Amino acid sequence: MEVTITINGQEVTRDIEPRMLLVHFIRETPGLTGTHWGCDTSNCGACIVHLDDKAVKSCTVLAVMADGREVRTVEGLERDGNLDPIQEGFHEQHALHCGFCTPGMMMASRALLDENPDPTREEIREAISGGICRCTGYVNIVNAVRWAAEREAEIKQEA
Amino acid sequence: MQTPAKCDYERARSVDAAIASLVEHEGTARIIAGGHSLIPMMKLRLAQPELLIDINDLEELAYIERQGDEIRIGAMTRHVDLLKSDLLAEHFPLFADAEEVIADPVVRNRGTIGGSLCQADPGEDLSAVCSAIKCEVVIRGTEGERVISMDEFHVGPYVTAVGAAEMLTEVRVKVRPGAGSAHEKVERRAGDFAIAAASAGVWVEGGTVADVGVALAAAGPFTIDVHRVEELMKGQAPTEEIFEKAGEIAAEDCMPMADTRGPIDYKRHLVGVLTKRALRRATARALQQEA
Repeated sequence: MEVTITINGQEVTRDIEPRMLLVHFIRETPGLTGTHWGCDTSNCGACIVHLDDKAVKSCTVLAVMADGREVRTVEGLERDGNLDPIQEGFHEQHALHCGFCTPGMMMASRALLDENPDPTREEIREAISGGICRCTGYVNIVNAVRWAAEREAEIKQEA
Repeated sequence: MQTPAKCDYERARSVDAAIASLVEHEGTARIIAGGHSLIPMMKLRLAQPELLIDINDLEELAYIERQGDEIRIGAMTRHVDLLKSDLLAEHFPLFADAEEVIADPVVRNRGTIGGSLCQADPGEDLSAVCSAIKCEVVIRGTEGERVISMDEFHVGPYVTAVGAAEMLTEVRVKVRPGAGSAHEKVERRAGDFAIAAASAGVWVEGGTVADVGVALAAAGPFTIDVHRVEELMKGQAPTEEIFEKAGEIAAEDCMPMADTRGPIDYKRHLVGVLTKRALRRATARALQQEA
C-alpha cells in the first residue's frame, strides 16, 4: 500500500508491504542510513527516531503505522548547517567510540531535553536506558547530555 | 533479519468499525495498538494474523479519568501516561511503581495498557497490578459491552476472555476509602521482564484490613492471584507477622518454572519476600491516606 511519511520535513511516498518495519523504510527509501538497525527486538535502541515528537524504536513500528505522521531521524538534528547541541555534546565529551548506538542515544537524549531541559545525571541515565552501548561509554554519554543541557541554557540566555 | 510474515493492514476510524472488521475477518485479524508485544510475536511467527487493525488513531480510548466512585482507564492509554498520571499516583501508586520498571522510557512511549493486558504474558507486570487492586475490564463486541473481573479475564498463558470479534476498551477500578497499593519487582537488569514481581492492594478501615489483593507476575504459567491471602488478612490488623505469613502463602501458591532467570526455589523465596514488601508498603500508604 502507498504510504507518505514526512521524514525530517520532507514527504516521502512509497508503495510498500504492510509488514515493512519503519527502520527499513527510513534506511531504504530516502536512504537515511544514520538510523541503525541493530537487535531487531526493541532492546538495543540503535533505531530510535522521533515519531510525532515521541522517541520510539523504529524496529518495532510498522512503516504503515507512520503513514501521515512525522518522523525525525538523527540526520534531522542538524539545522541549517549547525549541529544540534546534543551532537556538539557528543563531540565535545567524546561520547562515542564505535558509534553504532550513537544515533539512538542522541534521539533519546534530544527527546529528554525537549521535555526536561535541565535533567539530573540520574534522569539522563533513565532516559537513555532503552539504548545499549557495548563500548561501555555511558559515563561520557551522560556527560554529553549534561553538556548539551548547559549549552542550551547558555543559548537561551544569550537570546 | 526479522520481519513479520505478509499481512494486510487497515486503520480503524472507530471502535465499532474495528469490531466490524474483526467480525468480517472471522478470527484471522488482530488489533494492533502499541505493537510492542504483537510485532515481536509476528517476527517470530508466534502470531500470524492476516490483517492488522491499527487503533492508534482512536484518541477516544486514551484517557485516565474519575467517574463517580471509579477510575477509568482507556485501552489506548500508554505506559508513559500511566506513569505520569496524578490521579493514579493519588489513588493507586502501584501503577507508578510498576511503570518505572516496565521496559524503558522509549518502549513506554508506545506500549498501552490494553495491549499489555490482552497479551496476557505471565511475566508482565500490569496484569498483576490490575488483579491486585481488583480492576474490572470492559470488553466490547457486536452485542454491546460486558464488564468482567480480572479473574474472569485471565483464561491462561497468553489467552484472555476477549473473543476473536471483541476488543478490550477500558479498565475500571473502584476508589474505596483507606486504600494503599504497591508493586515490587526484581529484574536481572534495567528494563527486563521480572525474575518475579508482586502487586498488593490493601484497604484499611478502623485499623483492620477491610480488603486485600495480592497478585504475582513471572511466578507461574499465568498471572497468579493469591486468594488465600484474602482469607488470611481480612478482618485482621495489618501487622508485620501477618505480612510474613502472607509471603509464605504466596511462596506456596505460586508455580514458578526454572529458566534462565533462576531456579524454582529461588523464585519461590523471591515471591515470599516481594509479597511481604508489597503488603508492607501498600499498608503504610493506606494508613497514611487514612490519617
